[in-house]
Amino acid sequence: MITSNLPALIVATPLIMSAIVALLPSGALAWVITLLTSLAVLVFAVMNTVIGDGQPVSYALGGWPPPWGIELISDGASRLMALILAGLSFASTLYAKALIELEIHPKDQARTYGAWLLTMGGLLGLVMTADAFNLFVFLEISALSAVTLVAMGAGVDRRALIAAYNYLIIGAIGATFYVIGVGFCYAVTGTLNMADLAQRLPEATAAPVFVGLAFMVTGIMVKAAAFPVHMWLPAAYGYAPSAVSSLLSAIATKAAIYVLARIFFTIFSGLPDVTDLILKWILLPLSIMAMFGGTILAIYETDLKKLLAQSSIAQIGYITLAFSVATISSISAGFIHMANHALIKGGLFMAVGAIAVSIGKRANIGSIAGLGRAMPWTSSAMLVCGLSLIGLPLTAGFISKIYLVLAVMDAGLGLITALILLSSVLSVVYLWKIIEVMWMRPYQGPAISENVMIYGPLWLVAAANIFFGIYAKPVVDLADMAARAITAHALIGGL
Amino acid sequence: MTNLIATHWNYLVVVALMLIGLYIVMSRQNLVKKIIGLAIFQTALFLLYISLGRISGGTAPIIDAAKDYTYSNPLPHVLILTAIVVGVATTALGLALILRINDAFGTIEEDEILAMKDADRKAFKGKTDGGDE
Amino acid sequence: MFMSVETALKIGIFAPLITALLVPFLAVRVNFRDAAGPIGGVISFIAALHVAHDVLQGGVPEWTILTIADGLSLSFKVTPLGAIFGMVASGLWILAALYTTGYMRGNHETHQTRFAICYAIAVHAAIAIAWSGNLMVLFIFYEILTFSTYPLVTHKESQEAIRAGRLYMAILVGTSVVLLLPAIIWVWISAGTLDFTPGGILAGKVSADAAPYLLALFAFGIGKAALMPIHRWLPAAMVAPTPVSALLHAVAVVKAGVFTILMVVVYIFGIEFISQTEASQWLAWLAAFTILASSVVAITKDDLKARLAYSTVSQLSYIVLGAALASAAAIEGAALHIVMHASAKITLFFCAGAIYVNAHIKNISELDGLGPKLPWVFGAFFLGALSIIGIPPLGGSWSKFMLMAGSVDAGMPIMLAVLAVSSLMNVYYLLEPVARGFFKPQQKDIHVDQHFLTIMPPVLTAILSVMLFFFVNWITPFTQMMVTP
Repeated sequence: MITSNLPALIVATPLIMSAIVALLPSGALAWVITLLTSLAVLVFAVMNTVIGDGQPVSYALGGWPPPWGIELISDGASRLMALILAGLSFASTLYAKALIELEIHPKDQARTYGAWLLTMGGLLGLVMTADAFNLFVFLEISALSAVTLVAMGAGVDRRALIAAYNYLIIGAIGATFYVIGVGFCYAVTGTLNMADLAQRLPEATAAPVFVGLAFMVTGIMVKAAAFPVHMWLPAAYGYAPSAVSSLLSAIATKAAIYVLARIFFTIFSGLPDVTDLILKWILLPLSIMAMFGGTILAIYETDLKKLLAQSSIAQIGYITLAFSVATISSISAGFIHMANHALIKGGLFMAVGAIAVSIGKRANIGSIAGLGRAMPWTSSAMLVCGLSLIGLPLTAGFISKIYLVLAVMDAGLGLITALILLSSVLSVVYLWKIIEVMWMRPYQGPAISENVMIYGPLWLVAAANIFFGIYAKPVVDLADMAARAITAHALIGGL
Repeated sequence: MTNLIATHWNYLVVVALMLIGLYIVMSRQNLVKKIIGLAIFQTALFLLYISLGRISGGTAPIIDAAKDYTYSNPLPHVLILTAIVVGVATTALGLALILRINDAFGTIEEDEILAMKDADRKAFKGKTDGGDE
Repeated sequence: MFMSVETALKIGIFAPLITALLVPFLAVRVNFRDAAGPIGGVISFIAALHVAHDVLQGGVPEWTILTIADGLSLSFKVTPLGAIFGMVASGLWILAALYTTGYMRGNHETHQTRFAICYAIAVHAAIAIAWSGNLMVLFIFYEILTFSTYPLVTHKESQEAIRAGRLYMAILVGTSVVLLLPAIIWVWISAGTLDFTPGGILAGKVSADAAPYLLALFAFGIGKAALMPIHRWLPAAMVAPTPVSALLHAVAVVKAGVFTILMVVVYIFGIEFISQTEASQWLAWLAAFTILASSVVAITKDDLKARLAYSTVSQLSYIVLGAALASAAAIEGAALHIVMHASAKITLFFCAGAIYVNAHIKNISELDGLGPKLPWVFGAFFLGALSIIGIPPLGGSWSKFMLMAGSVDAGMPIMLAVLAVSSLMNVYYLLEPVARGFFKPQQKDIHVDQHFLTIMPPVLTAILSVMLFFFVNWITPFTQMMVTP
């Protein structure tokens, strides 16, 4: 019963529970239910990956068979993504309680958790669905709830409202662009199922298909915060409540990047000439600009949350770069980095959030001096995640770097390899700025007692960074399966 | 050319509305007007889908096996029903945010808010004793 | 045998790491904490001897911890060269750990626990580098060595130390990521393996035209070998406390660099491939330039540690030169020089630190007349200097002799002149401190302490330098195994 409905359960559980949680009277109770829900989703996602023979599973929602009904697809790619999203959501939820109690008014807490689950559900739906229009719905579910979450930061800093508003407007435009693109493709093929689209698009009239591709890609790039349509991200992550920043940074953009890969490698798989052109001449240069732009802005940023957000833009650049090289090994490298970056950035945002609530003000280069000794647990976990970000061996970030470089070099792009490595060295600069101040300066301030409810989950993520840096085989294998699944010419369930 | 306009006028309307909407979003300082622009932009999308499914002379798609007749494609219409719901939710959330912004900043003009944001930034810097900035 | 060789391998690698993990728990009693280092050193040294003994018997101790991912395994395999370096790193750690205790206490340094942890991790990384089974494992521990020594370099936490730390990280991380990592991946893509194999893995896989470029990526990517112009981190790192300079920046870290270059030349390129393609000619010239240029710089330095640092830069290039000449005798000479220079240079740094702790003097010009007050220290310094100059009966004479023979073998007799000129300059800049100490009159009366733990280690390493001359046949079997596959 459960095993045959896993794809639907992964998506539906958080969506249904969000309605219940939002109505609960107490924040603490809401947290318990949210935690249990995210644990359940994690269990489902693990089962979904482990059970079965590795073949794709198609799930027809409501019993309507594809391509007529809405199809959920569980193949290598969506399994890995569901696992990433569920895992990081669980860790973020575990961590959220103490911070949400501090940052959000008690009467709003239950509703915050409602939006929290809704975001999770929307993003999980985004990665599971095999229907182009249904994807739009999930896109908007996750976006609207994420906007709400960002706006909750207003209790601490009113600028969160502006960030949320801009996030809403830009996000809505992005989503609408995407649907316009879907409309064009639908007009010439008469189908919305991704696999079905993949088969029919090559035979359809060329012009609307190209326009459709352009609209879809632009729209999703906005959602993925790909350069140069990333402007909403630093503000949104910077002013959101700390718990929300860690959740969104870990999972929100990842899901959108995954959709980008789906568009290129699944929906438009029948038109390799066109997608190659866009990948090589548009996405690739933009990714490189993101790598350097994000890194350089991060070097000059002094506010820690914004610094991490700028760094996210650069890291998203690595992922889109991997996809734009478009070989199996590079797509797989992109997936590896998606998983690892979720661990890295999730952990870093958690640490910064923990610091902000402990020192009672925004964490910036000035206010974190000497915290290495004042908050040893938090700071050391942050150090681990930071070293993982710059790719120290035996951390997850190293695995990402090595596979990315290997794939890009194997594709014969020596210059691009050099640029990747150069920007990765530059990222040491902004991280070192933090490490020097945290560990090499004396601490002046009141004694800080660390809360195990905060640094426990943080260390869970930090430990995962080390674990998957030493034992990377599962991630690498899953990513390889994901790359093969997403490029497998047609999904099952199609015609 | 005239022929093209005559047969594809619905698309022209869509494009016009879309551009008007986007222009409003980008050019207006007033946050409510931006939301209005967004709504116009989304309405253009609705029209695009609805006109896609329409077939000249087609009727409602109620299947009657006895008769052989043309009917409009119902799927885009259903899709747009969903999109309208999403649009309404977006507008509602946007307006709710504007209310909160008005409470917090006392204005809904973007340039004035930006000026206040700058002031906020300076205030925050003062609070965090500067450091290396 | 009281333990299997694989167990010895594991113990050798993990004894320093376990020491590092135990230090914070032992920190409640400083004596326990400070005993951890020497004890860990003895354990890993015994293990290293055991492993080396097995290598000498023709064994190839191997251990694969786990497979990180396909084609990428965390595995160790001891080569003859690795056996030598493993013994050097673990053996000198014993003395360095004792010395550290004396130095840190005598100098009343803070953060001694952090220092002890990072120190042990650095030794762990050095031994893991020595015994790494493939290039990737070597790279992994190479980076860990960089990061674990950063807190040691910036130990004082002064602005100067932090600036030096930035330069240290920028050069070492920058070169390793931008140049070394692509070089490794280039090898991986071309040869399909990264395992250290006698005879090399690149012959026939990389064209003769591309080989010099690949070698250049390695030579400049391995920043720890301190070839000019990427040597700047080494003098900068002298801001660290002297025990760090002694073990790490004269032995473990820099030797890890030249060791990596030797490994790459011998076990990745293969001596034959290198000499056929003449891929390393340019490297020999660059090494010769570095030898001379840094000797000149060393002469101009008055700060004793800075002078020793530039002397290290110069001596490291002896080893690079040996690798670049790629004749059997030159490679043997380079491998021998790892040992000889290690024991001599650690002596000199120990002495520099001992002078600083006991007399609070850093500059050579202030050493006048200090010799009789610290006779053991200055005597040890004298022997260390003689070894580096290459005068019998000290170990350094063997390696210099082999290098000279090797340069003739390789058809570059001009390198003889380079080595000779450099030796003359060594005489000048290394014997000046001793001469001042013993033969110049004392200018002002200085109070001199006698911290036993800072004086005993240099004396022991000086004796070691002498012994290495007479017992060089303990080491030559290893070097011969390197060049006769």
